[in-house]
Amino acid sequence: MVVVGLVIVSLALLSVYFRESSGGALHRLQSTGASVLHPFQVAAERAAQPFEDAVGWTGDVLGAKSENDKLQDEIDRLRQQLVQNQTAARQNAELRRLLRFRDGPTFPRDYAGVAARIIGRTPGQFEQQVVVAAGTNNGVGLNDPVVTAEGLIGKVTRVSRRSARVTLLTDETSAVSALDLKSNAAGIIRHGLSSGGSLVFDRVTKENVVHPGHVVITAGWRSGKLASIYPRGIPIGIVTSVGQLDTDIYKQIEVDPFADFSSLDSVLVLVAKDKKSSRR
Amino acid sequence: MIVDAVKAGAVVFVAAVLQASVFAGIVVLGGTPDILLVTLVAIALLRGPMVGAFAGFFGGLLIDIAILETLGMTSLLLTLAGYWTGRYGETTASGRRYAPYLAIAAVTFLYLLGALALRFMLAEPAPARVVLLETFFQSLALNLLLMWPVYGIVRRLLPRREPASFAAEVAAHG
Repeated sequence: MVVVGLVIVSLALLSVYFRESSGGALHRLQSTGASVLHPFQVAAERAAQPFEDAVGWTGDVLGAKSENDKLQDEIDRLRQQLVQNQTAARQNAELRRLLRFRDGPTFPRDYAGVAARIIGRTPGQFEQQVVVAAGTNNGVGLNDPVVTAEGLIGKVTRVSRRSARVTLLTDETSAVSALDLKSNAAGIIRHGLSSGGSLVFDRVTKENVVHPGHVVITAGWRSGKLASIYPRGIPIGIVTSVGQLDTDIYKQIEVDPFADFSSLDSVLVLVAKDKKSSRR
Repeated sequence: MIVDAVKAGAVVFVAAVLQASVFAGIVVLGGTPDILLVTLVAIALLRGPMVGAFAGFFGGLLIDIAILETLGMTSLLLTLAGYWTGRYGETTASGRRYAPYLAIAAVTFLYLLGALALRFMLAEPAPARVVLLETFFQSLALNLLLMWPVYGIVRRLLPRREPASFAAEVAAHG
C-alpha cells in the first residue's frame, strides 16, 4: 500500500512538473532544494578533485612527448597566420567604418563571462548535460551560451537560483548554426553518430569547399528581430574528415571539438551585457 | 527503528550526492557506475521492500533536485527498484551469497529499460542503441565491481536482522 502511494506521488510530481511552466511551484521547490544541496555537491566535487587531477596528470605525462612535437608545429603555423590576420583585421575595421556596418552582438566584446565549476552530471547514457554552480543569482539565464577556454560547449537549458543545467554540444538535442572559417560554408553542428565526443557538420551542400584542418565557428546569424542564441565567432572545432555520396545532397563532415567534453571542470557562461538587445 | 531509518537515510543522501557530483562523471569505456542504485540494492536486500521503496523514493528525489531533472522521474524508477529488490531479498535471495550481485545485475538492466521507456513517453532523449548495446555491459560491470565494497559498508551500518515473521510462519507450518 505504501509503495503504491509512493508511486502515485512520483507520478503526480512527474505529471505536474512536466506540464507547469519554468516558474511553477514545483520548479521553485526544485530550485530551493538545489540551493540546499549546492554546498554538499560542491564539497563532494572538491573532495574528488585530487583523484581526477591524478588521473588527468598520468594521461598528460604519457602523451606529453607527442603533444609537444604537435604543438611546436602548430606554433610555427599560427605565427604565419597571425601576421595575415592582423592585416585582414585592420582592413576589416576600415571597411566597416566606411560602410557604417550594423552588427549583432559579437563575442567576446558584448558578453560578460560568469565562471562556474561543474558540480553535477546527468546519466551519460541518456543525455550529455552538466550542472554548473551558477544560476539566476549570478545573472545566468535560459539559453545563455557556455564556453571553455578552448571553445563552445553548449547552452543553459534549465536554471535555478544557484545552479544551471547545461546541454552540451554532444547531446542529441543540440544543434548550432556554424561556419567554416576559411570557405564560409554554412551548416549545422550536431552530435556525432557514435557515443563519443565527435561532432558532425551537417547541411553543408556539395558545392561548398571544406577540407580537413578547416576551423568551424559559430555563425551568429541575424534576420530582422530574430538572431541565433550563439554570438558569431566562438570556435567549435576542426574538420577531421570530409566525404560525399552521389545519392546525398549534403557533404558528410566530421568535426573534432576544441573543448574536451570528457574532462570538463569549469566553464564560462556568456551573459549578454545588454540583455535587451541580445534576447530573442 | 528510528536510528535505522536515520542511518539508511544518511547513507542514501551521501550516495545521491556522490552520484550527482562525482560518479556520473566517471566514464570507463563508455560505461558509468551508479553508486546510488548499488547502495539502494544493498539497503533493500538488508531491510526489505518497505525500506527499499522509501530509500528509492528519497534517493531519486535528491537526484532529480541535484541535477535539475524532471521531478519524479528518478524517484519513480528507484521506488520500484527498491521495492522489487526488497521482495527478492525476503524470498528467493534469502541466505544466498550471490544475491547482491544477481540483484544489481537485474536491477541495472530493468532500471535502464524503465528509464528508456519513461524518457520516450516524455519525449526526452532515449537512445536505446547507446544505452542497451554500446554502454550497458560496461555500466553493469562497474556496478558489479562497486557492489562488493558498498554492500560491505552498508551491512556494517545496517546489520542483517533475523526475519521474525518468517520464523513464526515456518514454525506454524512445520
